[in-house]
Amino acid sequence: MAANAKEIDRDKLLDIYTRTMKVNRTDEKFRALLMQGKVAVMYYCVRGQELVSAAAMAALEKDDYVVCTYRGQGEQTAKGIPIEKWWGECLGKATGTCKGKGGTMHITDPETGIMVTTGVVGSGLPIANGLAMASQNNGDGRVTLVSFGDGAANIGGFHEAMNMAQLYKLPVVFLCQNNRYGEHTAYADHTDSPNIASRAAGYGMPGVTVDGNNVHEVYPAVKEAVDRARRGEGPSLVEAMCYRMMGHFFGSDFSYMPPEHLAEMAAEDPLPKLRKVMLEHQFTEEELDSIVDGINAEIDAAVEHALAAPLPDVSEIYKDVLEEVN
Amino acid sequence: MAEITMTQALNLAIDEAMADDPGVFCLGEDVAAKQGGGVFKITSGLSEKYGENRIRATPISETAIIGAAVGAALAGQRPIAEIMLMNFVGVCMDQIVNHAAKLRFMSGGQTPCPIVIRTTTGVGVGFGGQHSDMLEAWFAHVAGIHVVTPSNAADARGLMRASIDANDPVIFIENILCYGLKSEDPGPGYRVPLGKAAVAREGSDISIITYGRTVLDALSVAADLEKEGISVEVIDLRTIAPYDEATVLASVRKTGRALTLHEAVRPFGTGAELAANIQEKCWDSLKGPVRRIGGTFSAVPFASHLEQAWIPNKADIVAQIKASVGKD
Repeated sequence: MAANAKEIDRDKLLDIYTRTMKVNRTDEKFRALLMQGKVAVMYYCVRGQELVSAAAMAALEKDDYVVCTYRGQGEQTAKGIPIEKWWGECLGKATGTCKGKGGTMHITDPETGIMVTTGVVGSGLPIANGLAMASQNNGDGRVTLVSFGDGAANIGGFHEAMNMAQLYKLPVVFLCQNNRYGEHTAYADHTDSPNIASRAAGYGMPGVTVDGNNVHEVYPAVKEAVDRARRGEGPSLVEAMCYRMMGHFFGSDFSYMPPEHLAEMAAEDPLPKLRKVMLEHQFTEEELDSIVDGINAEIDAAVEHALAAPLPDVSEIYKDVLEEVN
Repeated sequence: MAEITMTQALNLAIDEAMADDPGVFCLGEDVAAKQGGGVFKITSGLSEKYGENRIRATPISETAIIGAAVGAALAGQRPIAEIMLMNFVGVCMDQIVNHAAKLRFMSGGQTPCPIVIRTTTGVGVGFGGQHSDMLEAWFAHVAGIHVVTPSNAADARGLMRASIDANDPVIFIENILCYGLKSEDPGPGYRVPLGKAAVAREGSDISIITYGRTVLDALSVAADLEKEGISVEVIDLRTIAPYDEATVLASVRKTGRALTLHEAVRPFGTGAELAANIQEKCWDSLKGPVRRIGGTFSAVPFASHLEQAWIPNKADIVAQIKASVGKD
């Protein structure tokens, strides 16, 4: 696929830029709060992967479904989750998307299409098939995108899901964010095949590896997969090569990540690259800064709101277990 | 009214639910006509009627089957997933326990997961260690799931219909040895509410709390012991979790004695939970300790005499009852 040959119009570029910066500013804010000791929760940093999520979400329609992982902040915020509710959930507050009962690893917001955020590596793929199966059954035209990391490609559910999706030609897009680490294990130490996308051929579906730091590669590849799914032609696997610039979770040791590799990958940082693209498309520094300022203000207000929000009532532990118990 | 077998009862309930609600569909290994309509023929005739999108024959991929059921349920459908034999649930426990059971709770009530997981099992058919286990306690231990098992064809029809109606996941356990049992057909629309036990036989000296195939043993023993002047009440839980505590406790308060009976192995089985709860809540009514009968704590053996020795039998039940009522 000659993805990099595809042009992206200015409106879409602006859309992707805005989503990317929303992901990035959310990530920076979260890390700042953790560093300041204002919050103490599990957070899976997305620094380095912002563009992949943003460009992928920009390729979807509003009512398309998304299944993501505990490192799903990018998909969630880029898909448009209401950020006050998002912060509320991450801080375990009653105002959160899930009343504080899901948390950072289990964000659900059906209004935004965020159907499942799973804390179990690879578990999202079989579920994405089911969402897509429902769309196929009732002909609603929705596409389901499931995001996962390179580590997920080695669990059984990945293979079962890929086979089943292709068998039924389900409208699903498998998006592998190959961030080069499965928890603390480097790609080469958990997988000996050169990439994940080549596995698609084994199931008879298209697979493509793209540079996850290049908007002109990620967006067209995901868009083509989404369009294909929507036309009823079945699933695709898109592998976006990116780099997790920090440890597995915030605060965890990442001495296993070689400093020289970190430095090398810093040069591939998707954010300056995207900014350069924007400037090349005649967006001004002022315009781009103003977008970021607006996002920062929105996030600051959302965080203040979440910090001040009430905790869920203790009675919540008895609710939502079974419908009949409510 | 005509008699139906449990196989027919389940088929009728599913057929009827599919006719009533286009969101109901089945998926599992071999379930469509081309593959023979299911190993035990429960979905026989349905793919011809509803098409292969609604009776989806799947690859041998239990994780993908349950995952697909979960996803479809989140999107508003009502999938009925078949896991051909209960031991294979081990392959897809992540989807059942971490996802189906928890998504209602973890989403703060936004994404209920109405799926029925049909599965078959049972000791006594010579299937050996990996096709015979009763694993209901695994699921009873997880919040967010109903665990259901019928002991007769009429209940099978009503419980299946209620399970498909339920807005939460249901593990529906079918004992292979019960498939041929016949009942009067309760007719279309029949439902047995989840969480309601049946007093299968009234009695005054001791309560047997049981479910599934062992209800038949309990009823047979009760009939025999009546001739010896021992009056046995048999409670068929029908829904194992969450179970009908009120009916169980009322029965034990009446008889003053209790025996739990199941095919699953005895240690850490559902009988242990029932016994503990009865002793906590009916202590003043009890005339003796609650007794428990369950399968032997080993894998289910193949050779038929070993298999028969493994399974709780009527002689065990009679002996325990006589010991409990002081007539041993």
